[in-house]
Amino acid sequence: MQIADFTFEPERLATPLPIWRATCPASDWQEVAHAVAASGGRLVSLWGCDRHDGKAGGYVISAAYATAEGLLCLELLLDPQGETYPDISASFPYAPRMQRTIADLLGIVTEPMEDRRPWLNHGAWPADYFPLRHEVTGKEAFPASELQDYPFVRVEGDGVHEIAVGPVHAGIIEPGHFRFSVVGEKVLRLEERFGYKHKGIDKRFEEMPAKDGYRLAGRVSGDSTVAFSWAYCMALESICNTQTPARARCLRALLLERERVANHLGDLGALANDAAFAFGLTQFMRLKEDWLRLNQRLFGHRLLMDVVIPGGVTVDLENAGISELLTQCQAIAKEVRNLRAIYENHAGLQDRFIATGRVTKELATMLGLNGFAGRASGVPADLRADFGMAPYSGHDFKKVVHRNGDVASRVAVRFDEIAESLRLIRLFATELTPGEIVVPLEASAETKLGAGWIEGWRGEVFVALESDGEKIRRCHCHDPSWQNWPVLEHAVMGNIVPDFPLINKSFNLSYAGPDL
Amino acid sequence: MLKILFQIGKQGIRTEPTPDLGSDFLLPAHRLRNEILEVLGRSLTIREVDTGSCNACELEIHATNNLYYNLEGLGIKFVASPRHADMLLVTGPVSRNMALALKRTYDAMPEPKIVVAVGDCTINGGIFGENYACCGGVSKILPVDHVIRGCPPPPIELLKGILTAVRLRYGHPAVQSK
Repeated sequence: MQIADFTFEPERLATPLPIWRATCPASDWQEVAHAVAASGGRLVSLWGCDRHDGKAGGYVISAAYATAEGLLCLELLLDPQGETYPDISASFPYAPRMQRTIADLLGIVTEPMEDRRPWLNHGAWPADYFPLRHEVTGKEAFPASELQDYPFVRVEGDGVHEIAVGPVHAGIIEPGHFRFSVVGEKVLRLEERFGYKHKGIDKRFEEMPAKDGYRLAGRVSGDSTVAFSWAYCMALESICNTQTPARARCLRALLLERERVANHLGDLGALANDAAFAFGLTQFMRLKEDWLRLNQRLFGHRLLMDVVIPGGVTVDLENAGISELLTQCQAIAKEVRNLRAIYENHAGLQDRFIATGRVTKELATMLGLNGFAGRASGVPADLRADFGMAPYSGHDFKKVVHRNGDVASRVAVRFDEIAESLRLIRLFATELTPGEIVVPLEASAETKLGAGWIEGWRGEVFVALESDGEKIRRCHCHDPSWQNWPVLEHAVMGNIVPDFPLINKSFNLSYAGPDL
Repeated sequence: MLKILFQIGKQGIRTEPTPDLGSDFLLPAHRLRNEILEVLGRSLTIREVDTGSCNACELEIHATNNLYYNLEGLGIKFVASPRHADMLLVTGPVSRNMALALKRTYDAMPEPKIVVAVGDCTINGGIFGENYACCGGVSKILPVDHVIRGCPPPPIELLKGILTAVRLRYGHPAVQSK
């Protein structure tokens, strides 16, 4: 694998998508990042771990880059005493939050580090306590400290004032803080502060048997439970060199598409509601409820939790179930078509949607916007199509891309994706290969890196797992919201405050996912 | 407009009957709304706070507002401010970063301050456990009236749990005799 002038001798992981791992010296760290960015690649995730082994070993910083050929996991091995590594935010402006997280959890900082504000550590544990280091168990508890001031960037000028929102929001929403600087109704700047939901998932993985980790991964972000548990299973299966049966692959993809449709249905309703068109909410919530009830009947869980397991899936589809599935897809497709016509002919709704919260393709590319929101801004990445992944590859999968990058465009992508997912579900269900739905994992001889990479409904979900197939040495789950949240800060600039809920909902990002 | 009206007319009323709360509660389901009025003298208002859930509980709480369950039709509604709330619905284990916000939300509520914890992780942290970042269960921070189990609890269980909590607090005869 070649990136500009760098030739790596990467090891290909046993994954269905092309994923490699390689080590990289500190002297090349920034240059490689630059070369990846210059060739149109993306930073998918950045994480760190402690690999001290007595006096040997050291801290390790890892980066996952998406390139045209596939995913490259690069490891930077620090010296036993080393506690700094080079900053890559010049190539990837969305790297700082991930680097601040590494600083909070592992105590390893970039040199130089422009933004030294803690990200996850809000003062609940001491500044010199680093949970991912070997010398701590993670079980330590500290007395609550004084509330710490977080220096938001101030905007000054005539008539500028701040609106502080959260962490507890005025609805059934996850916690996070938004600081708006506004003039009149116009938003000049938005700064986000998260980490309120941090509950130490990375450390928690280390005390779980590898075979149970899919349950925790499936609870990183509940709305993407299929995507995360599949990515985790893909990582574990690559370590154990186990191929899942074709029927299981097909069922997993079917579940992933059902998760996508459920979320798009819910959000299309909520978007209309945020534009004061309650009819839309009522209609789409009805469709979503019908959808979730069939999930319960066929797969035993409304949100499909714990259905994807290492080696396959837990539930098979019988003929009766398949026919019920097909009937429902047909009915929902028709209803969604009708509702789309109503949405598109509703002047009030379109007035709120069009040109609101616009993200240009340039901005989207620079900030690594991914998933359906990226595709609404003309960024054509979709893991389901890009690397010929089974079972998508055989079904003439149509990637949905729109160009305008506004709320209307994200709505259009969601409508189109529902139609495409419904088509895929019908194909997957009718063409299920006979055979097993789960196989036992083979044993692994050593502790090594495995990786999972899945196009979830929101964007690309990534799981890096270091394990010997029994114990977990390190597991890092990456939610696409890491990249997409900073884009929201840009998307609201120049819009009016009342349009924020609408713009926010059009992305519908996860708080739990990146807070971990 | 015609299309909208046609769509509404075609669907008709899709709300389902209120769930039967079982033989512990000797009231017929259709009297639930009256009962809420009796014990509270008004509608029941709920403030929801997420203190570290995976967001699945939020999805199911949202679903209670859909037309099948029609929570508002029973005189129960979600409000934006804790100062308007009779009940606090808490989801997730309590992350240490949210402990203070949770306490302050509770303090801002007027009586009767009913606290209902939603989901298995509100009991003891569930799969997330207790650690440097997570206090574990909600009862570490607040007095909890009732826990609704499930991962996540489906809407019908949420509905039952909310009503059970009201009855527990107001000493329904069927509960007192237990």
